[in-house]
Amino acid sequence: MTMLPKSPPGAKKLGLVIDLDTCVGCHACAVSCKEWNTKGEAGLLPDYDKYGAEPDGVWFNRIHSYESGAGDGCRTVNLPRSCLHCEDALCVTVCPTGASYKRAEDGIVLVDADKCIGCKLCSWACPYGAREFDEDAGVMRKCTLCIDRIYDKDLPQAEREPACVATCPSRARHFGDLADPQSKVSQLVKKRGGVDLLGELGYRPTNKYLPPRKATIPTAPREAPTGAASGIGGALLKLLDRALSR
Amino acid sequence: MCACRCGIKVHLEDGKLRYIEGNRDHPVNRGVLCAKGSAGIMSAVSPARLATPLKRIGPRGSGSFEAIGWDEAMSIATRRLAAIRATDPNRLAFFTGRDQSQSLTGYFARMFGTINYAAHGGFCSVNMAAAGVYSVGGAFWEFGEPDWDRARLFLLFGVAEDHDSNPIKLGLGRLKERGAKIISINPVRTGYSAIADEFVAITPGTDGLLVLALAHCLLEAGDVDTEFLIRYTNAHHLVIDAPGAADDGLIARNEAGRELAFDRRSAALVEAGAAGIDPALAGAFVLPDGRRARPAFALLAERYLDPQYAPEAVAGRCGVEAATIRRIAAEIAEVAFRQAIVLDQPWTDTSGRRHEQMTGRPVAMHAMRGISAHSNGFHTCRAIHVLQMLLGAIDTPGSWRYKSPYPKPIPGGPPPGRPRGPGRPLDGSVLGFPTRPEDLLVDEAGEALRLDRAFSWEAPLAIHGLMHMVIARAFEEGPERIDTLFLFMANMAWNSAMNPGETTRMLSACDDAGNYRIPFVIVADAFASETVAYADLVLPDTTYLERYDCISLLDRPIGSAHGPADAIRVPVLPTGREVRPFQDVLIDLAGRLGLPNFADAEGKPLYASYADYIVRHERRPGIGPLAGFRGADGASIGRGAPNPGQLRRYVENGSFWVHHLPPEQLYYKHANRAYLTGAKAMGLIESDEQIVLQLYCEPLQRFRLAARGHGTRRPPERLRARIASFFDPLPIWYVPLEEAMVDRERFPLHAITQRPMAMYHSWGSHNAWLRQVLPENRIYLHAGRAAEIGVRDDDWVWVRSRNGSVRCMVRTMTGVNRDTVWTWNAIGKRAGAWALQNDAPEFRRGFLLNHLISEYLPKAGDAAPDSNSDPVTGQAAWFDVTVSIEPAGPDSPAQTAPQPAANPLRIKRSPEPVS
Repeated sequence: MTMLPKSPPGAKKLGLVIDLDTCVGCHACAVSCKEWNTKGEAGLLPDYDKYGAEPDGVWFNRIHSYESGAGDGCRTVNLPRSCLHCEDALCVTVCPTGASYKRAEDGIVLVDADKCIGCKLCSWACPYGAREFDEDAGVMRKCTLCIDRIYDKDLPQAEREPACVATCPSRARHFGDLADPQSKVSQLVKKRGGVDLLGELGYRPTNKYLPPRKATIPTAPREAPTGAASGIGGALLKLLDRALSR
Repeated sequence: MCACRCGIKVHLEDGKLRYIEGNRDHPVNRGVLCAKGSAGIMSAVSPARLATPLKRIGPRGSGSFEAIGWDEAMSIATRRLAAIRATDPNRLAFFTGRDQSQSLTGYFARMFGTINYAAHGGFCSVNMAAAGVYSVGGAFWEFGEPDWDRARLFLLFGVAEDHDSNPIKLGLGRLKERGAKIISINPVRTGYSAIADEFVAITPGTDGLLVLALAHCLLEAGDVDTEFLIRYTNAHHLVIDAPGAADDGLIARNEAGRELAFDRRSAALVEAGAAGIDPALAGAFVLPDGRRARPAFALLAERYLDPQYAPEAVAGRCGVEAATIRRIAAEIAEVAFRQAIVLDQPWTDTSGRRHEQMTGRPVAMHAMRGISAHSNGFHTCRAIHVLQMLLGAIDTPGSWRYKSPYPKPIPGGPPPGRPRGPGRPLDGSVLGFPTRPEDLLVDEAGEALRLDRAFSWEAPLAIHGLMHMVIARAFEEGPERIDTLFLFMANMAWNSAMNPGETTRMLSACDDAGNYRIPFVIVADAFASETVAYADLVLPDTTYLERYDCISLLDRPIGSAHGPADAIRVPVLPTGREVRPFQDVLIDLAGRLGLPNFADAEGKPLYASYADYIVRHERRPGIGPLAGFRGADGASIGRGAPNPGQLRRYVENGSFWVHHLPPEQLYYKHANRAYLTGAKAMGLIESDEQIVLQLYCEPLQRFRLAARGHGTRRPPERLRARIASFFDPLPIWYVPLEEAMVDRERFPLHAITQRPMAMYHSWGSHNAWLRQVLPENRIYLHAGRAAEIGVRDDDWVWVRSRNGSVRCMVRTMTGVNRDTVWTWNAIGKRAGAWALQNDAPEFRRGFLLNHLISEYLPKAGDAAPDSNSDPVTGQAAWFDVTVSIEPAGPDSPAQTAPQPAANPLRIKRSPEPVS
């Protein structure tokens, strides 16, 4: 049993805002994440059977594309899925060793590999399937929100964002402090009606998803002209009669 | 790496690759990177990388090779090619794939003296390129882009996960941010279509009909920008109406050769380009010789106002309701005319008139594969350009815009070069732009000079060649015609073959004496692709991180609407293998062969390497592969003396160069004096005259007149009717050729492919990370259709066409046209290839739709079958195939079919030479 921290006043809640209106499901975020993290702070992200029958490996971020709804309301959804850095993170409280923990200062949920005994309780507890087990090292792995980028003072300020956000080609991913109502991400959530994933489960995820929208162009309804008249008709004739100047 | 040409920053740790990220300053990708870009780190360590030159020792296709050194490899190639060049240079067929060095490879072919050269464009996008450059002096994708910052309505035709990659994604994000409406017209709702505000599930091959129906609605309602038409297009040019005459359908011209229009103010015939005239767009007028002529627009309006183009008439065929077509037309008109953009930006046109504002029609369009890969694609793409012209939506604020160095004078360049005999270069570029029958490469009988029959009556405007016909024609015509087939970076024996089974059969076919029908095959590639096994000589290339590359304005540039740009890539890794950059090898080969401009008068090679060539080569005085940092001090742009420090300057600048156009040059480039003058000064174009957009495509009529018996250069009898019907100067729609010839009762479904976004441009899909994303593919079909056929998810089915059968697994969905099935391209691989293990899902559950396609149309009568291509451009029509689906039954093996035998590379290492 591991305790969730008491956040000090003014503590940040760092997280992602993912725009489902814009995500094209290209997997750029997932691969960039793997690339950055495979030799980063979190250590090697293993790959199994790289060129064989069942290629698989550890990913902190996976993309699911599926159809949702029926009839005219049916749409294709691309859903990127990674750790949501929940406020009530059951993956933390079930951890018997304290390996799975949530940081008080910014809300990021991490795994301390030195304390992890590989019992997998946390991955069973996570309803989002956001944790992946490293078969090679025998420890649990997960999204770190790229703590080795976002706090790296050697990087220019603009680059201190998670790899998945930096690389997203349709700019569907946003990073920031969701505790600050004035932050860009909080404003986006407010403006666009951002939602919790499986909010009814009560884990209070920090990450938010922005729902798809539908832009429309109102026009007066137009019917086919009556009769099957061929040739240049009234409206065009009127236009062509107008004097022009080349 | 791919044709997206993103700028990357590669980070090394202890000399090894650590991280690849997008270059935030780069004009193409602005810091973002696709999945494949980030996975490049794994391509660089792929076990499929070739490691040494190879000489075939087993039968072709067996994969048995002997490792040889570069000296031996180069001397084999040099001997072979020197003998060809000394006798008949056309016996070398040199075809390259999706590479970024076509200005070099094309120049090599020209200097070698063979007309048998082309690149991948004949499969990919020649319909878009040809329709674009002959209509508007630019084209979708490479020579144009939507105005992402100002468009309010965006129509995306037939674009799945293809060109281009990151710029479209960035652009869609920007449109979404501003609440612009995106309409995707596509049979399949994935990727970009998934986030469109409206998805129109069109039936494949009918886009042209839909576009002409939209034109019908706009004409009907008078929603046409007549001012744009008379100022910037040839809408008012008078077309001679003299049936039977040799100039019927051509533009009437005065003695000075200037096009004529009828000025309503003076009631007289005037030069159509004159400023201030009030030209008629309707009516009929008498020419000085007494004959009748009509404005091109009048012909256009009459044609598309015909009830056959009414939405109600096309709805069934397109699979789109008439009311939807009418609504979209109304939305287009609403945005173009009621929400027009006016920028307070003065500019001056080519007539010297100053305008205080720039008016824009914020309707932008983009179109690609779904238009291109049909045999009616040229006319469909032209129909889209015509629609843009009617709206005044070409290079105006909010519309589709030229990417500099485009626009170029229409149609973009001189006609194709001609052979001048043994040992001599061609008299022009291999690939060119025919505008009249005299420009074709045909013999006295009117038959093709080129192996692939590009620039013949079979495909007159084949400006990218017909790569899909090269192996078939080399096989058909035998050793007398072609000695050596030289392929670079093209997987012609697998996913780039129209039909892999037939192609590999032809590559390995022998005569009775055991001699190969295609005598010698050289393959240059970085990886052990399916094609490598069919080579006699393998020249191993490096990966993209181990060589110099040049993304040149002479080739396929990275310029944008904001200005011309080019870029380099520099090697960041040592190879550690016996491989050489292909560009270095080609320059070395050209030097050894003593080709003009690659070797001096004494035959001494001029260039030490590709990097040396990039800096010192001059195509025309002062114009070289890179436009930036020219001149001794590096201060010249476009034109300037070679600068020995040029590559260093590029590296200091993030490995790219960009020239930002001033605001007055950003729109109306086709008629913008400051832009055109500047572009000419930089050497981007040869003339700074107005580029008049071709609503009416007169060159097509010249070919049609020949088919009607005029002139001395006429098509052979068997092709006359075909030229007469397909060379219409106004866009037409017709049922795709193969579809019109097959029994649609038997094969009722259209079958198409798209590339997975994570594997843009396909090759490298064996990458250890990317194959975790998608290692196998299914046939996707509409759930309702699946129920009718009696199949469910994960069932094994047979997909059959007139050309063959494929066994694969089913996945149902609803976001797909009911008459269409589709799958991911190039996921299925041949066992043995790409260094994958024999139980890899790519072999067992992956498949290629190509097995159902043919490079030939069905035979009609006794005549030899025609190629399966667009009759105007020769574009491979691989989206025209139609299929049936049936359950494979419960006892079906759980494995895709066909399964060609595994042929992994088996390489014999020579013992160390004894000195």
